Amino acid sequence: MAVVEVRNLVKQFDGVRAVDGVDLATEEGEYLVLLGPSGCGKTTLLRSIAGLEQPTAGDVLIDGHVVTGLPPRARKVAMVFQSYALYPHKTVLGNIVFPLRAAGMTRADRELKAKWAADLLGIGHLLARKPRQLSGGERQRVALARALVREPHVFLLDEPLSNLDAKLRASARDELKRFQQEVSTTTIYVTHDQVEAMGLGDRIAVLSHGKVRQIGKPVDVYDDPADTFVATFIGSPPMNLVPRDEQLVGFRPEHLLPVDALPATVDREKVPLAVDRIEYLSGDRHVYGTVTGIGEATRVVARLPATVDSPISAGETYDFAVARHRLRFFVAATGERA
Amino acid sequence: MTAVGPPRRRLADREGTLAWLFLMPSVVYILALVAVPFVLAVGFALSDVTAGDPSYDFVGFRNFDRVFDDPVFWRSLGNTFIFTGISMVLIVVLGKILANILIADFKGKWLVRFLVLLPWTTPVTLGAIAWLWMLDSIFSPIDWLLRQLGLLGAPGALFGAGSNMYWLGEPELAMGSVIAVHVWRLTPLSAVIVMAGLVAIPRDLDEAARVDGAGWWRRMFEVTIPMTLPVIAVAALFGAIFTFTDMAVVDVLTNGGPNNATQVLTSWAFFRGIDGGDVGQGAAVALFLFPLLLAAAIAILRAVRKMEVR
Repeated sequence: MAVVEVRNLVKQFDGVRAVDGVDLATEEGEYLVLLGPSGCGKTTLLRSIAGLEQPTAGDVLIDGHVVTGLPPRARKVAMVFQSYALYPHKTVLGNIVFPLRAAGMTRADRELKAKWAADLLGIGHLLARKPRQLSGGERQRVALARALVREPHVFLLDEPLSNLDAKLRASARDELKRFQQEVSTTTIYVTHDQVEAMGLGDRIAVLSHGKVRQIGKPVDVYDDPADTFVATFIGSPPMNLVPRDEQLVGFRPEHLLPVDALPATVDREKVPLAVDRIEYLSGDRHVYGTVTGIGEATRVVARLPATVDSPISAGETYDFAVARHRLRFFVAATGERA
Repeated sequence: MTAVGPPRRRLADREGTLAWLFLMPSVVYILALVAVPFVLAVGFALSDVTAGDPSYDFVGFRNFDRVFDDPVFWRSLGNTFIFTGISMVLIVVLGKILANILIADFKGKWLVRFLVLLPWTTPVTLGAIAWLWMLDSIFSPIDWLLRQLGLLGAPGALFGAGSNMYWLGEPELAMGSVIAVHVWRLTPLSAVIVMAGLVAIPRDLDEAARVDGAGWWRRMFEVTIPMTLPVIAVAALFGAIFTFTDMAVVDVLTNGGPNNATQVLTSWAFFRGIDGGDVGQGAAVALFLFPLLLAAAIAILRAVRKMEVR
């Protein structure tokens, strides 16, 4: 268990600032997710922490020690790559014990340790196989086992689920979370998938253009986005933003409901919605239309849960409402919270 | 105006016919330049054809009996193996080292790559002639350098008190010289082949090994080399075949001498069959290349298949 800290980290590639002055610190045993669109610098940040990239400026600290100039092996970190990077010519056992051999552990200790890790991840019966004989999910577990045996201070995971199919991804996500709780090692997890981020992270750091836009618990990042980037990057469909004077009024699609679906006791902001299209998606209705009254006329989405069964059809205008405490306000010019 | 008729199969749609059409040039090539000469060689080896008397008389295995009784043949056979074996090992090892230099990123790498590849692009004979001068018995620049360094030509010097080494005059030195020239000209090829294998290794693997705590040597011997073994085997195969079948180096440098000390199968077959005019014996000697090459090719190709990692 350890604390990873990044101070004013900058990484420049040929004039492009991939990481642009990031300050970040994990807590002990925390599961921190770096979330952002592709090219936002999240992987570069992770690789800088691992020691695979030398930062242009700034420092990386692990357990309070500056490790910026140290090679990866001196940092006591373990990394799971997007491709898993298993050694194709070695067996599963050979892969798992590789870091232990590098550490000079005796053969008997190595095998004991490898057995322990393999059993923990449920791949004990695969030890004699070669990586090419394994399924995607099994390969991922081998990569995890290889990371685990060294008892690293920090786990670094680079989109480890992106090579799995959708069904497997859900169960693998669940396993990853339970696994991390079991070993309670500080983990930094990179993903562009907000579902993974929301589901796995103790905290989420949202990155864009090499900068941290917001860092907080999943519920805070979702309910109280720091700026319009976070508001529209997280949530599917994203937060509706309606221009009003110098501001943007934001509300989540699931908070825009027919008036009668909101209890009368709540302070409601009533808005007429001219519906032009309806999508029926796994129980929810996504209602697309133009909203007026709350600001300028703007095209928005309302997400009606299955429990709301008011009849709605395209081409009509209905009375909708948003609970006033659900409204968020942003400065139109900067995108920051007002 | 073009008349619109019913749809028809054109030549371009008939894949069976096309296949034969496209294969034809290579089939003709292989038949005319590989199969026919091979059959001719077998035929000549069993005949008494000479340059002076080209009439064909079947003599059975008499040529082979005479070849087996000839100590120069055995010397040539042994030399062929010694040259090939030592060259192959050196070519692969040096090629691997050179490949690492070739993939490294540094200033002026294009110049270095160009210089490294030069020996391979030079025609064998030209390269060998240049070496002939380098190894000259009197004017050798290598000797000059050794003398300047005080390693030669002074009493008690490492390489003796004589003023010259006579690289091509002493049997052992001549053998070493032939091997050195083979290595010099074939190492670039092997380096390029190995380099192709090196750049094909996913970068993740090396990085994973670095994070896993492996140092340079461990990464080299446990990740890089196992992953490139198939291409290293190919490089070895090429090195072996090119050394095995080459006669230009021996012919230019030593002419098989001194006293047949550097004679190899190819040069001996040439001297007996063409220079000496005994076509039958020359063919018999040359035929010995075939089973050995075949065995080498099969062995290495099987090794490649076994080691295929993905």
